[in-house]
Amino acid sequence: MQNDVIMAGFGGQGVLLIGKMLAYAGMHAGKEVSWMPSYGPEMRGGTANCTVVISDRPVGSPVIQCPRAVLAMNLPSLDKFESALKPGGLLLVNTSLINREPKRSDVRVVKVPANDIANELKNPKGANMVALGAYLGATEAVPLEEMEKLIRETFASKPAVVESNIQALRRGYELGRAQSQGEDLP
Amino acid sequence: MAKKLMKGSEAIGEAAIQAGCKLFFGYPITPQNEIPEYMSHRLPQIGGTFVQAESEVAASNMIYGAAGSGERVFTSSSSPGISLMQEGISYIAGSELPVVLVNIMRAGPGLGGILPSQADYFQATKGGGHGDYRLLVLAPWSVQEAADLIQDAFDLADFYRNPVMILGDGLIGQMMEPVEFHPDRKPCKELKPKEWAATGCKGDRPTNIINSLFLDPAALERHNHKLQAKYEAMARDEIRCAEYGTEEPYDVLIVAYGTVARVCVTALEDLKEAGIRAAMVRPITLFPFPYAQVRAASEKAKAVLVVELSCGQMVEDVRLAVEGTRPVHFYGRQGGMLVTPEEVVDEIRRLLTVPQLEADHA
Amino acid sequence: MLETVFCRTPALADVTTHYCPGCTHGVIHRLVAEVVDELGLRERTIGIAPVGCSVLAYNYFTTDFQEASHGRAPAVATGVKRARPDLIVFSYQGDGDLASIGMGEIVHCANRGEKITVIFVNNAIYGMTGGQMAPTTMPGQIATTCPLGRDVELAGYPIRVAELLSTLRTPAFIARASVHTPLYTVKAKEMIRRAFRHQADNRCFSLVEVLSTCPTNWGLPPAEATSWLEENMLPYYPLGIFKEPGGEDRAPSPLGEKR
Repeated sequence: MQNDVIMAGFGGQGVLLIGKMLAYAGMHAGKEVSWMPSYGPEMRGGTANCTVVISDRPVGSPVIQCPRAVLAMNLPSLDKFESALKPGGLLLVNTSLINREPKRSDVRVVKVPANDIANELKNPKGANMVALGAYLGATEAVPLEEMEKLIRETFASKPAVVESNIQALRRGYELGRAQSQGEDLP
Repeated sequence: MAKKLMKGSEAIGEAAIQAGCKLFFGYPITPQNEIPEYMSHRLPQIGGTFVQAESEVAASNMIYGAAGSGERVFTSSSSPGISLMQEGISYIAGSELPVVLVNIMRAGPGLGGILPSQADYFQATKGGGHGDYRLLVLAPWSVQEAADLIQDAFDLADFYRNPVMILGDGLIGQMMEPVEFHPDRKPCKELKPKEWAATGCKGDRPTNIINSLFLDPAALERHNHKLQAKYEAMARDEIRCAEYGTEEPYDVLIVAYGTVARVCVTALEDLKEAGIRAAMVRPITLFPFPYAQVRAASEKAKAVLVVELSCGQMVEDVRLAVEGTRPVHFYGRQGGMLVTPEEVVDEIRRLLTVPQLEADHA
Repeated sequence: MLETVFCRTPALADVTTHYCPGCTHGVIHRLVAEVVDELGLRERTIGIAPVGCSVLAYNYFTTDFQEASHGRAPAVATGVKRARPDLIVFSYQGDGDLASIGMGEIVHCANRGEKITVIFVNNAIYGMTGGQMAPTTMPGQIATTCPLGRDVELAGYPIRVAELLSTLRTPAFIARASVHTPLYTVKAKEMIRRAFRHQADNRCFSLVEVLSTCPTNWGLPPAEATSWLEENMLPYYPLGIFKEPGGEDRAPSPLGEKR
């Protein structure tokens, strides 16, 4: 059993961070994990992306050409990675910032208005947490509790941040789960 | 010690520190900047020294100086920077000094690109700079193995009084994986005090001179023989490689190293599901190269496939190992393009077609 | 009972050097060795030998030595000093080594303020390779790669290393001396002594440029070479202390104001 995902967005949207958190939580849950960022000139501003692999077996390539899931936090990311997604894969779209419909009809689409939800929660920086939660809800790649534990540890010195981020994570999780029920996981 | 999720570059830096290295001299170059950055942050905390050199040429000579004083020292760079360091590396090998070098390879030639590559295999394993010398070259395929090999590299460098290179690629440098350190680790070789080091000539002892200049040709020839004997000892005692699926019957043997071997492991699983019999040898020491192990494994196969992120470099050593007894094929990607498991599977399917097998054995 | 009034200083090895007759490397070696002994530093001194005529310097001292590649002695010295700050480290370099191929290394070593001592021997020519033009070759001076004499239109003017390094903000002791007469030699030794003193006190980078003759490659008998140095090099390469720790400010005059 392997979960892999490309998470992509603008620099500053926190996609590299949620990718690392996913890898950490996977490691804590006893899985084999890898996290691979895009690097070079493209990482200096502009879009950022990372590939996370969570597996029961030692990770083969940490770079995935055709991932099982894509999380697109902005339009350039959707444009870049939609076509790479494996048939039957999971496409998470941040509809707050992406105003077009996905073109692929052979993939499972989960729509997450991540920024709107984050704003609603008065945690505008928490859009990435909403998206991460949605990915977990749609895949169960790692248990939600494991991620909550990690958030508590990571932000231990800032209790307010812990609570608002867990709130954002849960909202995303519910959304991801609701849109995936009754469907087979890829 | 608990597992930590670390970038390969940072794990390499931390492993060096845990090996007792307190000195780093280097120059920035992508994709290994996290190594000097990590060292600049960590070394002052432990009473060590970090110097950002004015160039890779200078950095290689700084590590030469520091190693001459008997202290553990290392540097890291990426392909174009390693080319510039060849001057110092040749002197270090000629003067028989222990240093650890890390090359996080990027695609070339020239300025090339910044994405992963294995195109410096020849440079790393066949000498690199001027003169007859070899580096002991270790090729990790994961962050954990990079951390483990760095620590062994310091012991091997001290034991042989020879530079040891960790040859990785951009993936090793950039990716994060769980890594575990073992603070109670014992050296992998029995090490002697460095009585040869230039540390100040006390009393009547003869001066210690760190030098690679031998103007008398007979003396220089003897020195070369001494170096060669060392490389032969490495070939006898230090070969490391790993085998995958060689205990079962197989038709194709893959030979791959570093991160490419991980892709090939995924390909092996896919091949197995498709009912195609394949196995792999992964050299961990690239010099000394596991000629005997590759030869033995090849004898159970109909054909050998070497997969590299280059235009075909290690494949030459595999051909030397196999000595024409099996057809040796090559599949590679260049320029920072990566090999996928699907490509490896397709290539092996092609090798096993009747026309190809007939051509191989014609 | 006879009294010994002059003898070899212990830091100087009891061997014959390979230097040409009339060459002043031997004098400069001796000055360095005497200073090292007088300051009681021999047992913790590491010399860094260059590539050039003094490539074999490690045979002429009784201190530990490390041989550097061409021009990189300041980098090698940096490595030794940073690894073992308790050691006294000096490099001994010629003009091709330091001012041509090794210009980058010496500038950055001085600028980092490495607490080492550089003995820079300027004889205005490449010696070991057979008399080619050096960065310090005088205008009009004939060398094997400027057979009509150095043409400043093509090769520029000789580089004044002491002056150049003195512009760096980092504290340093920078001086120029000469050894073409006994009196100048006495002064040169004092400059070298101060340079090692600054290092021994862990104060700053120090460099003494020493003007030297090369009768062989200048094509002059030793006595004439001495006069040639005095007539041609001294006016262009003035002697003295160019920089001392504490004297770093070199504020430029505003435009239009007289200095």
